[in-house]
This record gives sequence, C-alpha cells and structure tokens, in this order.
Amino acid sequence: MSARRHPGLSVAPGDAHTESEAEPVIFGFWVFLMSDVVLFALLFATYAAMRAQGIAGGPTPRAITDLAGAAIETALLLTSSFTFGMASLALKYRDDTRRLARWLAITGLLGIAFLGMEARDFATLIGHGAVPQRSGFLSAHFTLLGTHGLHVAAGLVWMAVMFARIAIAGVDDRVRLAIMRLALFWHMLDIVWVGIFTFVFLYGATG
Amino acid sequence: MIPEDDARRRELRAYAIGFAMAAALTGVAFAIVAGRMMGTGATLLSLGGLALVQVAVHFRYFLHIDLEKSHRDDLQLVLFTALIVAVMVGGSLWILWDQHARMM
Amino acid sequence: MSDAALYGLVGNLRLSDFPPKHDLIANCAAWVVIFGVVATLSAITVMGWWRALWTQWLTALDHKKIGIMYIVVAFVMQVRAIVEAALMRAQQAAAVNAPGVVSPAHFAELFTTHGTIMIFFMAMPFLTGVINYVMPLQIGARDVAFPWLNAIGLWLTTAGAMLVMASLVIGQFSGGGWSGYPPFTQTGFSPGEGVDYWIWSVGLASLGSTLSGINIAVTIYKKRAPGMDLFCMPLFCWTALCTSILMIFAMPALTVATSLLALDRYAGFHFFTNDLGGNVMNYANLFWLFGHPEVYILILPAFGVYSEVFANFSGKRLYGYNSLVYATMAIAVLSFTVWLHHFFTMGQSADVNAAFGIATMLIAIPTGVKVYDWLLTLLFGRIRFSTAMLFGIAFMVSFVIGGMTGVMLANPPIDFAVHNSLFLVAHFHNMLIPGLLFGMIAAYQMWFPKAFGFRLCERWGKVAFWCWGIGFYLAFMPLYWLGLSGAMRRSAQFFEPQFLPWLIVALMGAVLMVCGTGALGVQLIVSIRSREARRVAIGDPWDGHGLEWATPSPPPEYNFAVIPNVSGRDAFTMMKRAGTAYALPACEDIIVPRSSALPMLIGAAAGVAAFGLVWHIWWQAVAGVVTVWALVIARSFDADTQRTIPAAEVERDTTAWLAGVAAATPAPRSREMTPANAGLAEHQA
Repeated sequence: MSARRHPGLSVAPGDAHTESEAEPVIFGFWVFLMSDVVLFALLFATYAAMRAQGIAGGPTPRAITDLAGAAIETALLLTSSFTFGMASLALKYRDDTRRLARWLAITGLLGIAFLGMEARDFATLIGHGAVPQRSGFLSAHFTLLGTHGLHVAAGLVWMAVMFARIAIAGVDDRVRLAIMRLALFWHMLDIVWVGIFTFVFLYGATG
Repeated sequence: MIPEDDARRRELRAYAIGFAMAAALTGVAFAIVAGRMMGTGATLLSLGGLALVQVAVHFRYFLHIDLEKSHRDDLQLVLFTALIVAVMVGGSLWILWDQHARMM
Repeated sequence: MSDAALYGLVGNLRLSDFPPKHDLIANCAAWVVIFGVVATLSAITVMGWWRALWTQWLTALDHKKIGIMYIVVAFVMQVRAIVEAALMRAQQAAAVNAPGVVSPAHFAELFTTHGTIMIFFMAMPFLTGVINYVMPLQIGARDVAFPWLNAIGLWLTTAGAMLVMASLVIGQFSGGGWSGYPPFTQTGFSPGEGVDYWIWSVGLASLGSTLSGINIAVTIYKKRAPGMDLFCMPLFCWTALCTSILMIFAMPALTVATSLLALDRYAGFHFFTNDLGGNVMNYANLFWLFGHPEVYILILPAFGVYSEVFANFSGKRLYGYNSLVYATMAIAVLSFTVWLHHFFTMGQSADVNAAFGIATMLIAIPTGVKVYDWLLTLLFGRIRFSTAMLFGIAFMVSFVIGGMTGVMLANPPIDFAVHNSLFLVAHFHNMLIPGLLFGMIAAYQMWFPKAFGFRLCERWGKVAFWCWGIGFYLAFMPLYWLGLSGAMRRSAQFFEPQFLPWLIVALMGAVLMVCGTGALGVQLIVSIRSREARRVAIGDPWDGHGLEWATPSPPPEYNFAVIPNVSGRDAFTMMKRAGTAYALPACEDIIVPRSSALPMLIGAAAGVAAFGLVWHIWWQAVAGVVTVWALVIARSFDADTQRTIPAAEVERDTTAWLAGVAAATPAPRSREMTPANAGLAEHQA
C-alpha cells in the first residue's frame, strides 16, 4: 500500500517510518514547484504581452524562430524525461545502483545537449544583432528561455551532487528522497518546456 | 517477488504510454505548423489545445497525479495552482491588452 | 590605482559614500546605527554572551527560538521605521510654505524606507515569528516540517533587514517608494545605488517569505497531532495556513517584478523602460499581483490572533468557527482577483475597472462576517480587559472605519478623485495599524508568558495601548480630511496654509505612537526586572483553549513529552474538562533536529552577495552566491542532522513540571494579573 503513495517515486517500499518522514518532504517539494510554476506563468504573461506590443521595430517572433532547432531541443528534453522515469524505476524496484547511475547519466547527457543547443540558439541570435537590449520582446524572450535554462542547469548540478553522494555513501534513504525530488523537478521543467515550445516557437513560426 | 515485478511492469508501461502520447502530441503540433495545415487562428487555437492536453499527459504519466484518493493533496494543489495561474495570466493579458488598445 | 582596477575591486563604492552625510538628520541616523552596532557587540563581549548566543540562538533550529528571533528583528526594525514616520510628519508640519527640516531627496528616502521596512522587515517578520512560535504548539507538533529551511528563511530576511540598515551608513536608499515604480526607478532617473538596495533587500525578504510559506503550509498539512482534523485547529492556524498559501503563490510575482527591474537596471533590458518596447504598466501589474495578496498575508494572521484573544479573554468558545474559516478562505482566494484597484487610474477601460472594483467590494462581505462573529463571541462573555483585549477592541472599531473607506476607494470614480492623496495613506494605515500591528502586539501580550515563563506588566501595557490607540486616531483621521482637501501623498512641502492645523494634529499623533513604542520597551524592561513576581511556569495563565497552553512555560525544546491525542476543537479545554490535562504520560526517546550554523552562514553569504550587487562589486557577488550554494550542497552531505533526547530526561522534566502543578493553587480569573497566578488557571466550566 505504502509503495503506491507516490508511484514510481516511492522510498523503500513497505517501510512505514521512512514513508512518514518522506511524505512531508515530497509534499513540500510539490508546493515549491507550484510556486515556481507561478513564476514561470508570470514570465509567460510578460512574454505574451511583449511579443505583440514590445517589438519596437526590431526582429519579430517569426524572424527569430528556428523551428528545426526547437524540434531537436524538444526531442532532447522529452526523451530525458522518459529516461529519468527509467532511473526512478531502477531506484524503486531494482536495488541496482549501476542501473540507476546509467539512466541518470543518460538523462544528464541529454540535459547537457539541450543546454548546448540553447546556447547555440542564443549565440546565433546575438550574432544577428537580436540582443535582449534591442527590444522589450527580445528581453522577454531571453529571460523566459534563460530562466528555464538556468533551472535545467541547476538540475544538472543537482544530478552531479547525487552522483557524488552515491559514490560516497551509496543509495541510502536520503539519496532516494533527493532523487525523487529531482525527478519531480525534472518532469516539471519538461512541462514548462511544453509551454515554451508551443507559445514561443510554434506560435512564433505561425505569426 | 512476483507482485513487485508486476507493479514494475505496470509502471514501466505507464512511462512508455506517457512518452508515446507526449511524443505524438508534440509531433502533431510541429506538423501543423511546419505543414501549414490550417489558417492562423485555427493553428493557434489547436496548438494551445494540444499543449494543454500534453501538460495533462505529463502530469498524469510522469508526475503521477491522478484521481486516486492517496494523491488528493497533490491533485488539489495542482488544481489550485492552475486556478491561480489562470487568474494571474488571464487578468494580466486582459489588463495589458486593454491598456495597449487604448494607446493606439 | 587606475579607475578600472578600483572598479574591479570595490565597484562603485567610494569613501564619499560613508558618513558624514549631506544633512544633519541623516548624519545622526548613520551614527546611531554605527553606535548601536558597536554598543551591542561590546555589550555581548563584556557580558561574555557570545558562546551562549551562538549555541543557543544563532544556530538554533527550534521553531520557538526562530519565532522569537523573527520578532526581535521586527521590533528593532519597527523602532527605525516609526521614528522615520514621526520625522515625515514633522517635515510636513514644518514645511507649509517653508523648506522644513529635511531635503526633498531625503524625504523621498524616508517614505521609501518607512514603507519597505514596515511591510517587509516589521510586519512580515512579526507575523512569521508569531506563526512560527504558536502554530506548531497549537497543532500538537514537535517542530515545523522543515526546521533547517525555517532557519534559512529567518536568516535571509535578517540579511535583507541588515542591507536596509547598511544603507543608512553606506550610500543612500531608494527614493522610489516601497512599490518602486519605474520609470523613476530606472537608471535614467535613479542612477545610484539606492534602488539596488531596495531591489536586493526586498528580494532577500521575498525569498525568505516564500520558504517560510512552504514550511508553514506543509507543517499544517502534515504535522498535526493525531485526531487534529483541519476543522479542529484553532482559528489562528487556519489564518496561518491561508497566509502561507498566499505567500507561496504571491511572492513569485514580487520576485519577477524586482528581477525584471534588476535586468533593466543592470543589463539594459527593456521590460519597464519608456522606449524600445518597454511597458511600465506591466510593472504595476506584476507588483500588485503580489501586492494585494500581500495585504491579506499581513492581515489574516492578525484576524487569527484576535479570534484567540476574544475567545480567551471573554471566557467563551469562539462564535461561528465554521463561518470564520470559510470567510478566511474566501478572503484568501478573492485577494488574488483585485490587484487592479491599486492602479485604477492607469488608463484601462471602464469595464476593466468595474470588474475589479466589484471584486474588491466583494471582500467586504467575508470580512463583515468575521466582525459579526467576533462581536457575538464577546456578547454575554465575561470580558477581562487585558492589554491584548484592549488592542482587540480598538481594532474592531477602527478596522470597520478603515474598511468603509476601503469600500469607498473600491469605486473607480471615487478612487479617481482621491488617488495618490493622503486619503489613501489614511486608508491603508487605518487597515494596517489596527489590522496588523495591534494584532501582533496583542499576540505578543498574550503569548509572551508562554515563551518566557512570566507575564508582561499590565500597567505599562495599558500605557502603550492608550498611546497607540489615541495616537493612531490623531495621526490618521486628519489625513482623511487632508486627502479630501487635495493634499497629495509623498509631498515634501505644502503651499496651502489651511493644511497646517491638521498636519500639526497628525504630528501629535505620530509622537504619541512613538511614545507607544517606547512604552512597549519600558514594559519589557519593567517586566524582566520584576519577573520573579510574574512567574507563570506551569504554563496556562489565561485559562487557554489551545494545546499551546498544555505545555510548561517556556515549553521544552520538544514541546510535548508525548504528542497529545486530540478529539475535538479547543483541545486543551477538553482535556481540562476531562481531567486529563496534567497526567504523567509514558515518555519515550524524542528526536529533535541538531542545531546547525549553515542557515546563518547562508544568510550571511546571501547578504554579502546582495551588497556586492548593490555596489557592482562583481567578485563579491559571485563569491557570495557560490558560497550560498556550496553551503546548501554541504548540507546534503551531512548525515548527522538529528539528536535524541533520552526518555529519562523527558520524564524527569515532565515529573518536575507536574510536581509544580500539584503544588500550585489554581488562580481565579479575577486575579490572573496578580502574583497569585502561577500559570495554573482555575478552569471555568
């Protein structure tokens, strides 16, 4: 029963004590994530207004949209969500640290590749003079994507810390709990990205 | 440990379904835009709809939010957040567009 | 040294940013801060308190100590902000067709720091402190859900407060008001460090509040004692819950508004600029998306306090508990739908204004429900006019007046007439002084004996009450009239001689309120000196209803020897009725969090980073931020975070306390303010 509490993300199944310790931690992290979602929502609202009202004679959303790049970034991040799911399963059902580490490493590499692509996008834009100082729209564009990118980078640092902790002390309950939270964080960033690829890139390409 | 293995397989399937659905929804969205399948208004509307569905898919299959009783706290939290986000974003857009229109 | 090297080393900071300052008053303020810091540090050294301070307080993770430290921050900051208030009133009274006592630039700084401090560094720490202290005890928990996070919240807020204090000595604070509207706060009009001080101090405070909000909400959701259903909680816990939810969802709006403003200022972005697609109105929109829920963050906990005070000091159950809960929830949700009424005059169409005006008026309904519930709680009660009760009664009368002016302002046409006038200033002070400050003072009077084991002096409490009560009316009723007569807020000078008498009356009021603050200080000193006659160590001096009174005063670190089983509302009253209030439980080992220096260091590093950002000392900013994250990561490697208190120790302390209970004579309510009250109340059936 207790194993069903947070499916795919449970601490050692059947351990009632750890379970009751874990519950507030996971719930607390959910609350934090929702607070973070509000932050992104307001950046989206600002972006929405700026993309229509803040062009100031500069490049339009359409002019700076690279649909192919966006598609690759989306594929990378979406796949990384799935591979993190595999890591969660390895954590929950197979007490197999190697397997867990492997899936986490794949997720991390996908995350790094995503950030690399995003950096390339930014560099291209800046190379064309589409800098954030050019217009309100570009300010909002860079800030929205940059905030998401910073979150991804924070997730990667967190992952590195997890690797260090597993290497030092193995997978104990605290590491389990931390990876469960990291999983929530990572999946949530993917949800934010759904908003970004839709409202920034696909809307941008449509006009 | 047969039952545990069953549970694992069930969850693995859930992740796979979620991934497939998310990939399909994303694919359709990109295809609509790349193939210029509809007019601008219809495109924007269906893109918004697809995004909404995909967010629900992610919550259901990756973040495990569902209607089960044990997840009620999380579900209520997510729904309340959705309400607040709707009020904040909807209100902001209404206000900013109205002000903008009156400056034209 | 070359200019570039100097900039790299100390940013924009120069010797000329240190005192002496441009005018005498600013100079005095700077030296008072310097002298205060030096005096405090020397006193601690001379008394040899450093070790105790460090081990017992600065590294503490106990929610009770964190609560007390929050309230200490609030009191210290309140002293500064109220002196600034009196100075502003003095300036306006002296500046009718005259230059007055301070320069316009200094006046702008005064109203900015006064507002910023009162909201972020007086009100927020005060209510967070009271919630921290009282709520876990009331729900029968040993601690909050995240003690470590709790301490980080405290130290981030403290770092923000210290940044504001630093601005008194080093450089200038912002002159852009507590709401920091661009374009005035853009580099074009405010090139110096002032606005940056404002951005980062508020930024630290809002981060701290977000963390506190998460902590409070999760504690209430997950840490209640067995049997303590949500609808068995004392009303104060409900208001704490709603406040925390508002913090969680409203603080991000402030973070976004200030961060985007920082991007404009530091990196030349165009979110709120006048040119290149910037939209100033979006700043107002974002700021008040936070700002209006913030009003209810401030007021709801006071509503909870009053509910406890009225029920307790009239010897009755709270009337209309359910309606009070639903009213609280309604206010919390509605508070997210009214933010536009802060900028009715910004130019949107009438239908937008009408929608938000109606939503605003709706809030008066649940608030009215509350006032009736409180009145009916008092009705037929045996009211004891303790200091807390007096503040409560003053609140009810004053708050209704303030509420009615609020309904007036909710009409866009009326708002157009009095917008940005002293009428508005009178209105929101009329809400916040009775609706927040009086509530926090009442909470302090009521729960002080719980926290320290002795009662506060009632005589000086009543002196403070009359100073505050009369001072408030003298200071703010004239402002309504002045506002209607056309006196605009934030004016450093007036040119209408007819304003003068009213401004002088308002100054008198402000002086009285400064005296009220002083009286609270005297009350504390007098009470400490005569504490032996005021001991209430048994812990239930007021015949309380909630579980917080079921513990010794001060409560042990673990709060409850054994977590109580709750079977209904007013849990402690039920235990007293059943005769189970003072039974020896079967004690077990108790696990408590081990104290940690990291939260304080994180706060310090964040403060250092913020100071670096203010003065463009980039290496310092980077070092600070890196240190913060290094400390957070260091914590994740620390496996030894808990400490066990052995059952024998718990049993020894509990037995000693119960022996005290057996030896004490229950004090009747008529003698609760006398030495006869040893903390064991005679229970009125």
